[in-house]
Amino acid sequence: MVPIEHVLIFNAIMFCIGMYGVMARRNGVLVLMAIELMLNAVAINLVAFSSRIDPVGGSGIVFAIFVITIAAAELGLGLAIVLRVYRMRTSVNVDEVDFMRW
Amino acid sequence: MDLGAAVFYAVAAATIVASLGVVVTRSVVYSALLLILALALTGLVYLLLLSDFLALVQILVYGGTVSILLLFALMLTRPRESPVLNHSGWPLAALGAVLTLGTLVFAVVTTSWGDLARTFASSASTAERTARSAAPARLGPEELGTALFTTWAVPFEIASVVLLVALVGSLLVARASEDSEAVSEAEPLPGPQSQAEAGA
Repeated sequence: MVPIEHVLIFNAIMFCIGMYGVMARRNGVLVLMAIELMLNAVAINLVAFSSRIDPVGGSGIVFAIFVITIAAAELGLGLAIVLRVYRMRTSVNVDEVDFMRW
Repeated sequence: MDLGAAVFYAVAAATIVASLGVVVTRSVVYSALLLILALALTGLVYLLLLSDFLALVQILVYGGTVSILLLFALMLTRPRESPVLNHSGWPLAALGAVLTLGTLVFAVVTTSWGDLARTFASSASTAERTARSAAPARLGPEELGTALFTTWAVPFEIASVVLLVALVGSLLVARASEDSEAVSEAEPLPGPQSQAEAGA
């Protein structure tokens, strides 16, 4: 059985990779993909807590289901916004989307 | 080291390599395909953490729908010029990510998880404890469904409302520009009324 520390460190690495992607990428679709990576790392963390600390409660797994639900909703909405921006600007680079700045 | 642990470490290493590929590769299509690989491997990690229902959900939701959605979005937003995928400040982003990683690993290593598990087990009431000893070690879809519709019924309903709002909102955002474009394109042309008059 893998100790929980190793699972958590694995997810910390995955989360930080996603964080780097969010900060470094210019393409809006790639930023959304990196956000998916971060949400996935958090969901695995919740499942690891569920299986190692509270093996019969199941709260962690239910939380992971909610994370997956919200991630799907967020991705659909985010891609709709990216498509809209692309129609207005013919570009999906997040640093060029500055028309809401005052 | 037993076989399960060896498989877990192999899958974890493959997932990390695939995730790294998502954020460093120069082609957006490779990035999307590597993301699908990383998400499928995440399903395998769920399986190794003994939650088979979640593994199924992961493969269905991410492997089935999210990957199609991402690939469609990439096809619909092809940039004109040769794209520069990273900001000029990406070394700063890498530094921030590495610092966060250091903090997280420090927090994980210095916390005593065994004590936490023992505290959690001892804080449970006697009724819960007897339920725990009677319950099976693995949580199947049946137990999860019961938990979802009893203990977590209110969050479940809120999640359904969130999904509905996201569906309607994304439809509105994606449709509105089409309508305005259609109007602006139709303006210089003669309208259907004048055409009808000309026909008369």
